[in-house]
Amino acid sequence: MQYLCLIYDDESLWANMPEGERNAVYNEYIGFTQSIKDSGHHLGGDALQPTSTATSVRVRNGETLVTDGPFAETKEQLGGYYLVEAKDVDEALKIAERIPSARYGTIEVRPVVVWEE
Amino acid sequence: MSRDPVADAFREEFGRAVSILIRALGDFDLAQDAVQEAFAVAAERWPLDGVPTSPGAWIVTTARNRAIDRLRRERTLETRRAELARLAELAPDEEDDDVSTIPDERLALIFTCCHPALSVDAQVALTLRLLGGLTTPQIARAFLTGEATMAQRLVRAKHKIRAAGIPFRVPPDDALPERLEAVLAIVYLIFNAGYSDVRNELSAEAIRLGRTLTSLMPDEPEALGLVALMLLHDSRRGTRLDDEGGIVLLEDQDRSRWNGVEIEEGRALVEAALRRRRPGRYQLQAAIAACHTGEASDWPQIVLLYDGLLRLQPSPVVELNRAVAVAMHRGPEAGLAEIDLIEGLDGYLYFHAARADLLRRLGRDGEARGAYERALGLQPSDAERRFIESRLSLLSPG
Repeated sequence: MQYLCLIYDDESLWANMPEGERNAVYNEYIGFTQSIKDSGHHLGGDALQPTSTATSVRVRNGETLVTDGPFAETKEQLGGYYLVEAKDVDEALKIAERIPSARYGTIEVRPVVVWEE
Repeated sequence: MSRDPVADAFREEFGRAVSILIRALGDFDLAQDAVQEAFAVAAERWPLDGVPTSPGAWIVTTARNRAIDRLRRERTLETRRAELARLAELAPDEEDDDVSTIPDERLALIFTCCHPALSVDAQVALTLRLLGGLTTPQIARAFLTGEATMAQRLVRAKHKIRAAGIPFRVPPDDALPERLEAVLAIVYLIFNAGYSDVRNELSAEAIRLGRTLTSLMPDEPEALGLVALMLLHDSRRGTRLDDEGGIVLLEDQDRSRWNGVEIEEGRALVEAALRRRRPGRYQLQAAIAACHTGEASDWPQIVLLYDGLLRLQPSPVVELNRAVAVAMHRGPEAGLAEIDLIEGLDGYLYFHAARADLLRRLGRDGEARGAYERALGLQPSDAERRFIESRLSLLSPG
């Protein structure tokens, strides 16, 4: 099965983190990403620019409405994701708990719908 | 066997049959429906044809045949070939063959139903439905929930198992202790949900689930401890309330009315568990419950056991229970000194009630009144309110 691991944490925490510590976490991310590539779980993943760069768009009655900002103002923000292959939710959760941000924020694990051909 | 062999077989065999069918089908709904139908057939046929030698094997075979019929009727037969092949292998055609030749899958079913990816409410409902065979209306009644709400909860939970890929298996060794703890917590929660009401069937169901666990995991002392704890509590069930539904304290209960069979079994189980030398919270709580079953409660021993429990599971509620035991052992003054050291229970009814009781016994009526009144302000049940009010009436007018 495929699972999307959505990484939510407090952006301000990162912004205010001393550079040395931030670099250490980045290096941890690089190591983690490589490890799930080596183990064959990695299907994709990216870090996102902060929500201050987000733009939201809705179409209502044919009218397009563009607004500045994320979908919802929350205490923790979506900051990145991994798409992983795992045999069941237990395996997916084992991967998710190793994402460095699991220690600071929350990883939401969502199964991906795979359409039958 | 009692007067109704179908009801007996149902309690004994429902969970096992469902788990076997789930393993073969990978489909919780189909498995549950097929087993339910098999019991409906049994209710018609057994009174006429007699009870089969092995009711469990008969149920599994009949459920299997129902499931095969159902799959054959479906238009997507092609995609169902694998399930049909597994079903065909499941049981020999002789209906009287022994069910024990088919691997018991109940342990996998328990761990799936109590998976932490499901909400606690969903875990409870699924466990009762799929392992206990309780109907949705029965579960709804036991939890004072509407039938529609409970039905929806079960549908959602089964959908999540499928869609999120919650595995049907016993967790691997590295995850087992933690997951077993979650399973035991659910069983104990079911027991407690039924404990306050004498007519409630949940406590008996929880004891049955606990026994299933100990038979499937005989090396787990905490599972033994949990069954012992439930039996020892259950043995006092009939004496906890008086005829008007008022609370009767442990020391005032009629010990001759405690259930001797449950006490004996509970004590034997807790001793067997503690001999494994891997103590845990359920074993210690059971040992404490066992200390109450003699002629009089063994308070010094109870204090020591609470010390052990606090080391395993530090919590202000355990501290409170320990303080009450200290009061029984060394007097109200010593107990009160312990209670006054506890932090974090200001919103807990029993904290104020226990404190009030010790103050009353020390003759400090004014302070006792204040503490009882604090307790009354914390949403007591009717029985609790009447108990506290009766204690208040013992105090000198303030």
